[in-house]
Amino acid sequence: MTFTFDGTFEGLLTAIFETYRLKANPQRIIAEADWQDSLFEQPIFCATDHSYAERVLTGIEKKCGKAAVTLLHRCYLSELPEIPMLIYDFVKKAMASSRSILDNYGDDTVLALHKINKKIGREVHRMHAFVRFQRTKDDIYYSVVEPDFNVLPLLPDHFERRYPAQSWLIYDSRRRYGISYDQKKTEFITFEDDHRLHLRQLNKDVLDESEGDYQVLWKSYFDSVNIPERRNMKIHLQHVPVRYWKYLSEKRVQGGLR
Amino acid sequence: MNDKIQQKLEILSDAAKYDVSCASSGSKRKNTPGGLGNSNGMGICHSYTEDGRCVSLLKILLTNHCIFDCAYCVSRKSNDVKRAAFTVKEVVDLTINFYRRNYIEGLFLSSGIFKDADYTMERLVRIAKELRTIHKFNGYIHLKAIPGASDELIHEAGLYADRLSVNLEIPSEMSLKKVAPEKNYADVYKPMNYLQGAIKGYKEEKKVIRATPEFAPAGQSTQMVIGATPENDLHILNLANDLYDKQNLKRVYYSGYVPISEDNRLPVLKQPPLVRENRLYQADWLLRFYGFKVDEIVNAENPDLDPELDPKTGYALRNPHLFPVDINTAPYEMILRIPGIGVKSARKIVAARRHGRLRIDNLKKIGVVLKRARYFLTTADKDFRYLGFNPDAVRGFLTQPSGKKAAYNQLNLFA
Repeated sequence: MTFTFDGTFEGLLTAIFETYRLKANPQRIIAEADWQDSLFEQPIFCATDHSYAERVLTGIEKKCGKAAVTLLHRCYLSELPEIPMLIYDFVKKAMASSRSILDNYGDDTVLALHKINKKIGREVHRMHAFVRFQRTKDDIYYSVVEPDFNVLPLLPDHFERRYPAQSWLIYDSRRRYGISYDQKKTEFITFEDDHRLHLRQLNKDVLDESEGDYQVLWKSYFDSVNIPERRNMKIHLQHVPVRYWKYLSEKRVQGGLR
Repeated sequence: MNDKIQQKLEILSDAAKYDVSCASSGSKRKNTPGGLGNSNGMGICHSYTEDGRCVSLLKILLTNHCIFDCAYCVSRKSNDVKRAAFTVKEVVDLTINFYRRNYIEGLFLSSGIFKDADYTMERLVRIAKELRTIHKFNGYIHLKAIPGASDELIHEAGLYADRLSVNLEIPSEMSLKKVAPEKNYADVYKPMNYLQGAIKGYKEEKKVIRATPEFAPAGQSTQMVIGATPENDLHILNLANDLYDKQNLKRVYYSGYVPISEDNRLPVLKQPPLVRENRLYQADWLLRFYGFKVDEIVNAENPDLDPELDPKTGYALRNPHLFPVDINTAPYEMILRIPGIGVKSARKIVAARRHGRLRIDNLKKIGVVLKRARYFLTTADKDFRYLGFNPDAVRGFLTQPSGKKAAYNQLNLFA
């Protein structure tokens, strides 16, 4: 039996609730958008119901504590295809166990979720590190990213604390939405026409006059702190995988992408 | 104007790059209303150079003019290099603008000694003070404490900086005298000891009065150059251990000597001793996080670390009577001592075994490096290999090159 949901975290929790209500044993739980019609099967679509989702979360929290709820939510942001079933398995095992299964690293589901959570953490940390702001004429610090996972919802805390008196915007050009902070609060934003926002380097006419200078200064700093006698590209690439180079102005040749 | 700053930046960051400290962690400076930045305990590396080192701070010298002539230093008086000096405003401006663009976690400011120690220290302090007070900068600041500067200036530095460091530079005073005739250990230990007292004093006071200002909340560190002088690893690790114990240092950095000068007071090396440096850091970690004592890592019979094996494996092979360790029953401290098991894996093992006995398969998934660990542990699986635990054989397995290379080492039947 296959259950589908609307692609949100709450939708998934609703679907899990439904499997319990119907005493069903799902083969698959999958976002409706990912479902491909099949001749032999009609999936059960579960419309998101906040009260159902809430009840599942309360159940998990009772069994395994708040940390488990955070874990599941963060893992959900990975957008991995196996995530809905992993979360389902976790809930099932958590409910069946008399004690918290959160630290049972010998269990495949628990361990898999912890590993995914670690990957999420790594990606968040990379965003903290590799976001490069460009200052625009209207004094907004702008950055465009393409994280492997959907981690933008996990970023505002860090950047709000760091730059409370500075307006900034971080835009995910793959998922086509951004987070924007106006020195009071952070909001999710989308743009009708965002093709200009896909550019990693904004046009000169929208940038602050000094922006180019600082990019040049940063690049020349980066080049001169290197010690050629100690060159070690293996570690370099391990820390800055090539797919992140596009964010980093210091890894670009002046005036464009390498 | 920009060209001039760019040139200064190139000269003064190039001269500062041999200081290896890049830590931006361990502080807890919160943002203030309308302020800029914070440092929240966890460091962030914003980039990595092609030599694999992290770029976390804007690491520059205020100037590379220097009255000293230390053989190991690029900025020594007798060296023919371009000289430059930043103004206070230039450093502040670079720091703020790099920080706002999320390039850096903060500033690491050092300097050549111009005029005298106090004059130099006063300028370093002034920059930190301006950043903190005028620009409300709460990012990370690491200042060099200049040996010979007055206690008052060192104290003031502690009020603005997150971390202070005084470099020992050379791991023994005798060798230091040879390569840096104007320097001595007393001058280095004086500010170090002063800082240790002040950091402790402020911490005590903060327990009683919460409004007590932070004083160098990320502590102090030091650095020594490895391979330029004849000290062995036993000497170096004992020195480091003393610095952790007596001076309460947060970090000791080891910098493999990069042959930066043709000064005849120093040896000629083909390339920096990178493996030795790496082994020293591994040993340093064993001292700080794994509960090892120096004499368990190196001793009079084995005064140097084995370049072929990491120090923990070396320890295990010298102490065969302690192994193999049963991961299902051994205490946490002993699990930490198994080669290939780190702090995180050890914690996971101790947590997971409460749910059931662990097998090799579980360890693999937890992230244990079985390539090394498997010789030193037993699990719930049946395994009789350990009945004949032979350190020499294990050493052979761990050091011989794997795969194809190994095949070539086999004797040729028809030779």
